[in-house]
Amino acid sequence: MSSNLPDITATEFNYFHICQRKLWLFSHDIEMERESDAVLMGKLIHENSYQREKKEILIDGLVKIDFMDGEGVHEVKKSDSMEDAHVWQVLYYVYILRKKGVEVNKGVINYPKQKRTVEIEYTPEKEAEIERKLVEVEKVRQSQDPPATLVSKICRKCAYEEFCFA
Amino acid sequence: MKRNYYLLKNSRIRRKDNTICLEYENGEKKNLPIEDVEAFYLFGEMDLNTKLLNFLSQEKIPLHVFNYYGYYSGSYYPREYLNSGFVLVNQVEAYKNPEKRLEIARELITGASHNILCNLKYYQNRRAGLEGHIEEIEKYKNKLPEVSCIMELMAWEGHIRDRYYESFNDFLDLPEPYKKRVKRPPDNMLNALISFGNSLMYATVLGEIYHTQLNPTISYLHEPGNRRFSLSLDISEVFKPLIVDHVIFKLINTRMLSEKDFDQDANCCYLSENGRKIFIREYDERLSTTIKHRHLKRNVSYRRLIRMECYKIEKTIVGDAEYKAFQAWW
Ligand code: SF4
Repeated sequence: MSSNLPDITATEFNYFHICQRKLWLFSHDIEMERESDAVLMGKLIHENSYQREKKEILIDGLVKIDFMDGEGVHEVKKSDSMEDAHVWQVLYYVYILRKKGVEVNKGVINYPKQKRTVEIEYTPEKEAEIERKLVEVEKVRQSQDPPATLVSKICRKCAYEEFCFA
Repeated sequence: MKRNYYLLKNSRIRRKDNTICLEYENGEKKNLPIEDVEAFYLFGEMDLNTKLLNFLSQEKIPLHVFNYYGYYSGSYYPREYLNSGFVLVNQVEAYKNPEKRLEIARELITGASHNILCNLKYYQNRRAGLEGHIEEIEKYKNKLPEVSCIMELMAWEGHIRDRYYESFNDFLDLPEPYKKRVKRPPDNMLNALISFGNSLMYATVLGEIYHTQLNPTISYLHEPGNRRFSLSLDISEVFKPLIVDHVIFKLINTRMLSEKDFDQDANCCYLSENGRKIFIREYDERLSTTIKHRHLKRNVSYRRLIRMECYKIEKTIVGDAEYKAFQAWW
């Protein structure tokens, strides 16, 4: 069963949607010292990545960062500034869970600050899209040189800002 | 913002719960919250135990030790926490590739000499007589693009440095003229200041390298790992003129330091405890001075610039960007 699981962590999948350079740096273990919330959270997910001791760590991860109930996989987000990335991240959780034989069909993103939830139906189309994306993620990870700097306003909040613009 | 703690007085330093406790000989005590500490620099005679070292490791805080004369003797470099096999392999490969190594080493010296010239040009506006030195150093600097090996590069660097220190006689109010650089042990005031400042600089850069994936023993200009964290020596070159020399000029020309702040024994000249205190205050202030960064478009301190210089080296070894050493533009 587990041999079907991709070795791409949720963090990497998430970074793919934010910035490919960030994904490349992260996947080459170039991490920044600054303990920003984002980095901390990334680490939590990374450390609890799905390959090891599945069930327990999954539960850990769900309790810490998100949770699961009858509705589906929940993910709690502070800001709604990267919504697309959030959607794919939660869908990726569903994807992984389903790979492990857990019947989930929905992802829910909670934005407690904005008192808002977004529900995302998991469909075969989305699954196919995730699989397409996984190939892309792998391509970025394997590329010889790091992808170019984004130069976007999201860099301002990125832990890699001083690295990229040094 | 975390800061460096420079401990000059003899004391006992220990862990007390989640703080650092300093106990001075006169019974006075002081508590430092650990979250505030970037690194410790120990100058006094200190008592410490492994419980403290374990705590520093856990909190990722380096500790640098200086000897009786104020010169660097070693560091407690906690277990690395930002490891990347990928970066390490590339760092070694860049060293083993003669072209790449020379490219990085050349850029370090080019940046350093630019910053040296920047200091001299500043004083040229105030004191006549520096033109000759500037011209000569520029001539040497222009040789750098042609050098074909590290030895040659080092030779020109030596000429630049000699000429630079010689020029100090023309704009510093020195009590005795500067003759030549004597390191071990320093023989006069100016040499003592340069050695002391360079020791501090070395430890500061090492502390910044610690917070990156770079391995401090693999270097490009200096020979790697030869009893030293030689990458720290490499990166120091770029910043010595902007930080250490700047402090020295200020302390001498404003007479904040004078002969009474130095001790002399046999043939060694070194800063007294009070002299060190004054030097360190200026040094630390210089490190936290900020300038507007051209790419980040916000203010960053000199200490942060050193960190970013480490990032630039890291970027160049992983094939991201050509290395361009920091060059003062004022
Ligand atoms: S700073 Fe910008 S370019 Fe660099 S990793 Fe972050 S988002 Fe990507």
